[in-house]
Amino acid sequence: MSTLQGLNFTNLNVATVFLIGILLSLTFVLIGNKINHLIKIFLLSFIFSILYFYLNEASPYWYIFGVFLITLFFTINLKKYSMQSLKEDFISEKIIFDFITLFGIVFFAFVILFPFYIMLVTSFKTQIALLVNPLDFSLDFTKSLNELFKSYFVIFETYNFGRYILISSVVSIGTVIVTLLFAIPAAYAVARLNFFGKNFLSTSILIIYMFPAIVLVIPLYTVFSQLGLRNSIFGLLIVYTATTLPVAIYMLQGYFKSIPKEIEDAGIMDGQNWFGIILKIIIPLSLPAIASVALYVFMIAWNEFLFSLMFLDSPKSFTLSRAIQYLSGDAETPRQYLMAGSVIVTLPVLFVFIYFEKYLVSGLTAGSVKE
Amino acid sequence: MSDTLSKIEKRTAYTLVLPAVLLVFAIVLFPIFANIWISFKEIQLKDIRIPEPRAKKIVRSISGDESQLEIIYKLRNSSLINGIKDVEFKDKFPKNVLPTNLDSRCIFKSKKIICDFGDWDPKYKENFEIKIRNINGEKIEKTIIKSQKPILDGKAENPLLTTNFTFKNFKKVFYENNFIELLLTTFYFTFFGTVGAIIFGILAAQLVNQNFRGRTYMRGILLFPYVGPVVALAYTWTLLLDPNSGTLNALLVNFSIIETPINLLGQKYITMSILGFEFKLRLALTTVIFFEIWRYFPLAFLFILARLQAIPQTLYEAAEVDGASPIQKFIHITLPQITAIISILFMIRFIWNFNKFEDIFLLTGGASGTRTLPINVYQQGFAISDIGMGSAVSIVIVMLLLSFMVIYFRLIGKRANEV
Repeated sequence: MSTLQGLNFTNLNVATVFLIGILLSLTFVLIGNKINHLIKIFLLSFIFSILYFYLNEASPYWYIFGVFLITLFFTINLKKYSMQSLKEDFISEKIIFDFITLFGIVFFAFVILFPFYIMLVTSFKTQIALLVNPLDFSLDFTKSLNELFKSYFVIFETYNFGRYILISSVVSIGTVIVTLLFAIPAAYAVARLNFFGKNFLSTSILIIYMFPAIVLVIPLYTVFSQLGLRNSIFGLLIVYTATTLPVAIYMLQGYFKSIPKEIEDAGIMDGQNWFGIILKIIIPLSLPAIASVALYVFMIAWNEFLFSLMFLDSPKSFTLSRAIQYLSGDAETPRQYLMAGSVIVTLPVLFVFIYFEKYLVSGLTAGSVKE
Repeated sequence: MSDTLSKIEKRTAYTLVLPAVLLVFAIVLFPIFANIWISFKEIQLKDIRIPEPRAKKIVRSISGDESQLEIIYKLRNSSLINGIKDVEFKDKFPKNVLPTNLDSRCIFKSKKIICDFGDWDPKYKENFEIKIRNINGEKIEKTIIKSQKPILDGKAENPLLTTNFTFKNFKKVFYENNFIELLLTTFYFTFFGTVGAIIFGILAAQLVNQNFRGRTYMRGILLFPYVGPVVALAYTWTLLLDPNSGTLNALLVNFSIIETPINLLGQKYITMSILGFEFKLRLALTTVIFFEIWRYFPLAFLFILARLQAIPQTLYEAAEVDGASPIQKFIHITLPQITAIISILFMIRFIWNFNKFEDIFLLTGGASGTRTLPINVYQQGFAISDIGMGSAVSIVIVMLLLSFMVIYFRLIGKRANEV
């Protein structure tokens, strides 16, 4: 069973672990500054992990390593405390707060990352391994790469995922481009020009994007059926653009308003028309805002599911999300294929998010009202 | 001079705004109004195609005579519900070929046969037969005759545009659809989903607002569930919660917290006893709510964190000097500073949770007591194929939403006046 390193201890020994933790922390405070801080925390975390290993003999190495890292995270914060600080006001409350904070961070990180990790691990497993031990969270690197990535090969070869990736990319990137083409001029007009109905327009933008996709679905379905726009990428593109436009306009006009008007006046002096002003002054100055709108719209379009479920029936025009849902419709489809598909649809978004986090976060906050 | 300038400005503005406005109008606003129209019609999914006259051409040879052929056109109305008016039929024949038994409805002119079939009822069917003969007695090629397709034309009403209306759908929505149960489930889901997301958002924001190593990474990680694709996340959760091979059940059984695996997504009720009181918990619904909280607390977290970071540090320093405990600091400084953002978040999330479709659909498909109003739109419109009913439920959703929004803007307006 060396390849299947599952958890098979049956007791968490919470009380004992807690006690050891408190004893070690006390030792830590008692030692004070006599040893180098770095050596001290590594030593204590190591002792804790060894003790933990004794308590749960059967636990695999990766698990102990995780315990070591978590303990390290906790002990780093012990630096603040010394014999002196224990005499401060409200020290017990402070210690409890600190403990809850650290515990909460570990808890949140675990709750968030665990499903993502399961998704990844499952996609690398075989049907038998999944059934034998659901508590095996390890990856078996002794297998050949071909075997390890088998699910991925299968979904690309048998289920045509290459095509779906292409469609999803075309739809998402297309949506971003078309949305920007429509939104930038409109946002400029709302931000800068005076015209009848401007106030009405800017308030209705807010109201419109509160309206949910589900109430649009039936009329759009009927009309698209009659026009033959169902099962077409073009139809999907129109819908995605229209549903993301209000939020894009809202975000952009806020930024355009913050650009000093004097710069534009200089442009007008040079004899530029509105097209020139937008192209040569507004766009270069608001690239960060445009980037965050683009990323935000990309994310919405890539993750979108409801419309692709309603409008796409033929596997020829599936997006990734729809393809995975279609796969899951067959109860016979092995779970690891489903998870491999999920990894494929999740990775691009997560990469984009991690890489452009700064832009996306400002997009998320500005586009708060929209999913 | 300034007059012309403002005119130019206006014209420019309209050219810039119009494309976007038209698109949004066509795809977002028009459907909302179209819903009202459809909801007063008795219309099924299969009715939405415009009726078409159709003909299938069958060519038969007549034994012993190569110069003659028999053609049967299987005519029918594609719609089972709606009639077609003024059906016109056209077919072409090769040179020197003449029909021998011309129907009284038809005329033959310059190699073409043109028929006026008049009006067709719904489900109309007819086998229209024609015999043809080559006047020179030469062989008629069957394949040539067959390859020529007849052209049919008729005036049919678009079933969506007819003007017969009915209140039936709304009656059904309110009286035959378990409406109260539906509404309660929706509110239960919406309320607890929203409150849970905000509570977890406050906790997470409070945590990340402390000083610790890897704070920026933590902020990124906390947003993962929100940016990830719903399909992937929902299926991962389904896998995690699976009663047979799911990790969560295996863990709980392993640590003897439960004895037998629980079908968290497929069981409607679970009986719990707390302090001797037994009560029934809507299990599947609760699980779905937890997924909802998991997926959307990051948004609350993001907003509350932004607010927390804007609180001036001097306030806390002053409290420190006055000897306030951490709990006192939280209650007297932090909470009052974030109530405004929490109330806005509550409104926004409430409206959005109220409309949530994908998450529930992917996790349970609306089974085991998780049928909410948006799920019902899908079930009525596409599972039962009654789009009239589906639209009626949509209208109910829109009405409820509008009332929420009125409340929302009233409250926001009041708040603005107070400040």
